[in-house]
Amino acid sequence: MNRRENLKLLFTGSLASGLFMTGCGPEAPKEIAHAPTIGEGTKWGRTPEEMMRNAELKAEVFFREDEMKKLNYLVDVIIPKDDVSGSATEAGVPDFIEFIVKDMPYYQTPMRGGLMWLDTQAEDRFGKPFMEASEDQRIEIIDDIAYPDKAKPEMSRGVSFFNTLRDLTSTGFFTSPEGFKDLDYKGNRPNVWDGVPDEVMAKHGFKLEEKYIPLYMNPDTRSTLAQWDDEGNLIG
Amino acid sequence: MSFQIKSPGEAYDVIIVGSGAGGGMASKILSEAGFSVAVVEAGGDFDPAKEEDRTQLRFPWESPRRGASTQNRPFGDFDAAIGGWDIDGEPYTKNDGTEFDWFRSRMVGGRTNHWGRISLRFGPNDFKRKNIDGLGDNWPIGYEDLKPYYDRVDKLIGVFGSKEGIYNEPDGFFLPPPKPRLHELFIKKGADKVNIPVMPSRLSILTKPINNERGACFFCNQCNRACQAYADFSAGTCLVKPAMKKGKVDLYTHAMVRKVTTNDKGMATGVSYISKVDMKEYKLKSRVVVLGASACESARIMLNSKSKVHPDGLSNGSGMIGRYLHDSTGSDRMGFIPDLVDRQKYNEDGVGGMHVYTPWWLDNSKLDFARGYHIEYWGGMSMPSYGFGFGMDTIRKHIKDEFGNPGPAGGYGAGLKKDIRRYFGSMVGMSGRGESIPRYENYCEIDNNTVDKYGIPVLKFNYTWSDQEIKQAKHMQDTFEEVLTNAGAVLFGEKAGPDSKYGLHAPGRIIHEVGTTRMGDDPKTSVVNSNCQAHECKNLFVVDGGPFVSQADKNPTWTILALAWRTSDYIVSELKKKNI
Ligand SMILES: Cc1cc2nc3c(=O)[nH]c(=O)nc-3n(C[C@H](O)[C@H](O)[C@H](O)COP(=O)(O)OP(=O)(O)OC[C@H]3O[C@@H](n4cnc5c(N)ncnc54)[C@H](O)[C@@H]3O)c2cc1C
Ligand code: SF4
Repeated sequence: MNRRENLKLLFTGSLASGLFMTGCGPEAPKEIAHAPTIGEGTKWGRTPEEMMRNAELKAEVFFREDEMKKLNYLVDVIIPKDDVSGSATEAGVPDFIEFIVKDMPYYQTPMRGGLMWLDTQAEDRFGKPFMEASEDQRIEIIDDIAYPDKAKPEMSRGVSFFNTLRDLTSTGFFTSPEGFKDLDYKGNRPNVWDGVPDEVMAKHGFKLEEKYIPLYMNPDTRSTLAQWDDEGNLIG
Repeated sequence: MSFQIKSPGEAYDVIIVGSGAGGGMASKILSEAGFSVAVVEAGGDFDPAKEEDRTQLRFPWESPRRGASTQNRPFGDFDAAIGGWDIDGEPYTKNDGTEFDWFRSRMVGGRTNHWGRISLRFGPNDFKRKNIDGLGDNWPIGYEDLKPYYDRVDKLIGVFGSKEGIYNEPDGFFLPPPKPRLHELFIKKGADKVNIPVMPSRLSILTKPINNERGACFFCNQCNRACQAYADFSAGTCLVKPAMKKGKVDLYTHAMVRKVTTNDKGMATGVSYISKVDMKEYKLKSRVVVLGASACESARIMLNSKSKVHPDGLSNGSGMIGRYLHDSTGSDRMGFIPDLVDRQKYNEDGVGGMHVYTPWWLDNSKLDFARGYHIEYWGGMSMPSYGFGFGMDTIRKHIKDEFGNPGPAGGYGAGLKKDIRRYFGSMVGMSGRGESIPRYENYCEIDNNTVDKYGIPVLKFNYTWSDQEIKQAKHMQDTFEEVLTNAGAVLFGEKAGPDSKYGLHAPGRIIHEVGTTRMGDDPKTSVVNSNCQAHECKNLFVVDGGPFVSQADKNPTWTILALAWRTSDYIVSELKKKNI
């Protein structure tokens, strides 16, 4: 697809009318035949080195099966399903964490060690590995490490592990389709920015500065070619 | 792919090294004047309108690392610019006890594929700082010399903004600015209380079309990913490609220039480059050589171009090449606005940058440091990517529930999930970007012990900040605290103090490095003259940030573009007069 065709797709039906993009109002972006198809098939601007690295990382396996099981349990404790959106496992968070620890190896020892630390705690307290302990017993350990301001000093290793796990789980969840649904994220699509909605302005008691109102980008004239007078005043 | 169009021996009128802001502008002006031009670029071709190059409008999950940065994309996996501070096989070194981080992009368009599009003219004072505070040097030219070129750049490339009539923030030919975002209104409210101006930003983004070749912005907030509609400025899409379409321009990619070749009179005869494709060396000939490889790289090429006539490097009799290297200062702060918790959701992307900013507003004669800074703002409901949701162990206690009770630090479960959801869009941040004092003692030179993978000797840096910059950073931190607090924000983290030089970033980190081939009337203290022509080699010109005498409290690129245009006009007239 050449650039012109691409532009044509973006702003349908304007090239023939003489003035580029004439009549391309706020509705126009809706017509964009732009359904990004991503994934293995496209290059998305990757260099050969990047493609190779991503493929290599994907082929490697870091977490053992037993570790993965623990991870699956923990991420759903951190981000459970609720009435807004699904759980961390439903959003694919464990796979994301698997990738990210390979991509950023400094996570590897803290994560592996932290998962192991849960077992040693469970052994010391209940005489069995973490995943064999009861739900209440597991939560007892988690409660001891999940609240950094209240945790006992001897729990600090567990606390820093859980902070890291909370970070990765949250970010993995909220950067997934499920997370975007949860946030009701509305961006990342062509649109016309015409300022903060009126009711939001009113709610926070804001008004636009009078002197700028005539200057601001106006959706009605945004398609006409810019022209200036000699003093730099926009006249078209 | 590099392709050889000229047979060996046949010469171009002009060879331009590098296709970034400076090289791109030179390619356009010189080819339009009818000259044959070779653009020699170390990186590969790139065109964001090609589907296979597109990273724009992708969601974070389309990257396995959710948009996190990588070694060659330090600003995230979707960022258009390939390169970074640390490029495999292309090292640089530093003297002990000094710092410099060198950011490079290797591709057609250079760093303009990422850049923040903040497009500020230097003001009259910015060319004559020595007259004002006695420090550094004046430029041999003034605002009036560049004004006609700034005007042309505005019209050719497009920049939005508002006419404000501020003496040292000259107005231009502006496109309409976008209305402010909500967090920007909070910032404005805070800044108003302490008399700090906040006004529409000036970014080279087309809020209206300026010609039939580029589309208008559709507000995706992703200029750093490069725009498939060409609605933001990058040198590849707006200068080099159009020049190739219209004029006699050959683009050599993956071609790493090693040196400028010279004859026995010391005049430039062309360049030698290493093809990254076959790792062999090639030569190109021309009447004129224009360096636009970026300030430090152009200095490196000149220093590596030693000959009998130029034993210390090309046109380096003064020993000034590499000297006076300086970058902008930078320090940042962030916080969150409790009033924005639980905010209504709407598409707040806007253009790929801030909609408002603060130009330097104070009088340095009443302060304990010499030069000013501007403030850039960020925050709001921009698209979450890797890192969003981090830090709940410290942040969550600031998120109050509907009864006004603070959440626990950390935690897990439905409550945590809800708080992150409510917190989305409530962050704000600000970054000061300021003027440093150019100093002889800050420099880059050739490291005689190290070569890159192409066998080319690399640069060694020597750079330290002085008290001027450190005091300025302190002032930034105080200002940030004032503005954020008055905006109703809760500040995150500890205020940066003296042990971190008040959060002052290492030199190079702001990526405004300039000054390495500075201009001047006196060949003993400068490398090029006021037309960016090398003092000791009349057919060699520099069009990147190298010739800057001082980097103002503004971002440099609009001035690089204006200066490159002016230099190109001069080259045209000199070529026509057969002076070179
Ligand atoms: C993250 C970021 C944000 C920025 N934001 C702003 C901003 O908001 N406003 C602003 O004014 N500026 C900004 N800048 C700075 C701006 O990008 C630079 O000032 C500008 O790109 C410099 O242009 P240049 O032509 O000197 O060099 P570059 O754009 O760096 O281009 C140099 C080109 O030369 C090529 N090259 C280098 N060495 C060789 C060689 N030996 N042989 C052949 N080719 C070579 C490179 O591959 C590159 O393509 C930003 C930069 C970055 C990275
Ligand atoms: S914000 Fe506008 S100019 Fe920038 S990339 Fe998106 S559409 Fe293009």
